[in-house]
Amino acid sequence: MINLKINGLTTSVEKGTSLLEAARFLGFPIPTLCHMDGLKPYGACRLCVVEIGEGSKAKLVTSCTYHAEEGLKVRTATERVVRARRMILELLLASTPQSKIIQDLASEHHVMQQRFRQEHEDCILCGLCVRMCKEQMAAGAIGFRGRGTERSIGTPFDVKSEDCRLCGGCIYVCPACQLRCTYNNPDQAICGGCANLAAPCIEELKYNDLMCYMKPCVACEIVEYEKEKQIKIK
Amino acid sequence: MESITIQKSDVESIIAKYNHSRGGLIGVLEEVQALYSYLPGEALEIIADQTEHTLVDIFGVATFYKSFSLKPRGKHLCSICMGTACHVRGGPIIEEEFQRQLGIKAGETTADKEITSETVNCLGACALGPIVVVDGHYFSNVNTADVKKIIRKTRKGLDKISIKGDERIFPIKISCSRCNHSLMDPKYPIDDYPSIKVTMSFGRKHGWLRLTSLYGSYNTESEYSIPEDEVLNFFCPHCHGELIGASHCPECSTVMVSMLIQGGGILQVCPREGCRGHLLDV
Repeated sequence: MINLKINGLTTSVEKGTSLLEAARFLGFPIPTLCHMDGLKPYGACRLCVVEIGEGSKAKLVTSCTYHAEEGLKVRTATERVVRARRMILELLLASTPQSKIIQDLASEHHVMQQRFRQEHEDCILCGLCVRMCKEQMAAGAIGFRGRGTERSIGTPFDVKSEDCRLCGGCIYVCPACQLRCTYNNPDQAICGGCANLAAPCIEELKYNDLMCYMKPCVACEIVEYEKEKQIKIK
Repeated sequence: MESITIQKSDVESIIAKYNHSRGGLIGVLEEVQALYSYLPGEALEIIADQTEHTLVDIFGVATFYKSFSLKPRGKHLCSICMGTACHVRGGPIIEEEFQRQLGIKAGETTADKEITSETVNCLGACALGPIVVVDGHYFSNVNTADVKKIIRKTRKGLDKISIKGDERIFPIKISCSRCNHSLMDPKYPIDDYPSIKVTMSFGRKHGWLRLTSLYGSYNTESEYSIPEDEVLNFFCPHCHGELIGASHCPECSTVMVSMLIQGGGILQVCPREGCRGHLLDV
């Protein structure tokens, strides 16, 4: 067993336990986006940063990938940690504003506006879907491609993968929601679930007071918006 | 677009060389690319079949590294440096000129499948920028006027000279025909052999010129870029005497430059840029 202190509380955990697991066991909340029980930790979203060490040696580490060490002193909510998290959330909001999960996290952390150039990405490259596909579904149909600003997730050569069983696991875990939900382009869709079960709010205008059943997804709104825009252009 | 037929056995033998091991993926991809000049999708599928890697992992590696290409490439690869030093020395202008001359954008291949041009981020020779590398040959201090010449040389072929397997190519050692001082410069190899160092002048320019010491190769390097058809004057860097011979070039009848071969014999070369005329008397 390894003894360590988290926010002043002494605890002992088994070897190989991550700081995130130890802190959550004690009830300290740490926000995460790219972490999921049952999948290997990846350390992509950086939201789970905690501060370790003391004095000038204090540093921020991602708690999901950092294993507990004997005598380690961990602080999960210092000013520095909170500032770092808020900055990460602000950047995430700037890149992927339509994600309900990111919006909720941001408001939980009192991030009410962001100061960066607004983009409309639909992927935060957290790798949850890639790990889900590989580790839980044992398919390995999607993966990372390219690097730098051109890094993206998808199937090799952008053709429908033979390894894909249309399980929909990738969409289920995605925190940015619309990642591979290519509702508006059914030819390329991996699952196509939403295209088969068209939302009633799209079919009939009279139901326009209906809430979309595809919670937290807003794909249909975007499609409608695009349609309107094209009509206006014409 | 014509496609290359993939021989399954070729790819399999490459994979077997790396013992189907996990760590050998990049090696396998490099060899497959050397074979086909790019990474064909079928080949990636064969690799995925025969190794522990999934196709998506292999695709990830192939798209991560810039030196791998998933699109067919031309016979010759032309890399234009866009690193910081080359950029401030005019790399983008050179790139634009290549685009104009070849009619393709960076990363594309000419319609005749001869030349692929690409931009790279540093070639590690920043002091000589802007740099263009064609099939492993470095062109330094490139200006827009040189681009045409580089493209012509590329089309002609700049393949590395190999003395193995071709007995018509052999190294020679050269001395000044006036002072008999050796002109060999082991510190500056061309074609992996000591180069022959002379001074040359044309117009108002005066500087060093290094010739390959491989008989059969025509590679030279020079302090200045020499305009095509310019006739150079060669001088010995030791006695400063002009290395002028008596015979005329059999191809263009320019008066040739003569140099002594150490161990006996005379080598005469044509001093006109672009002419390959030469005489060897052993």
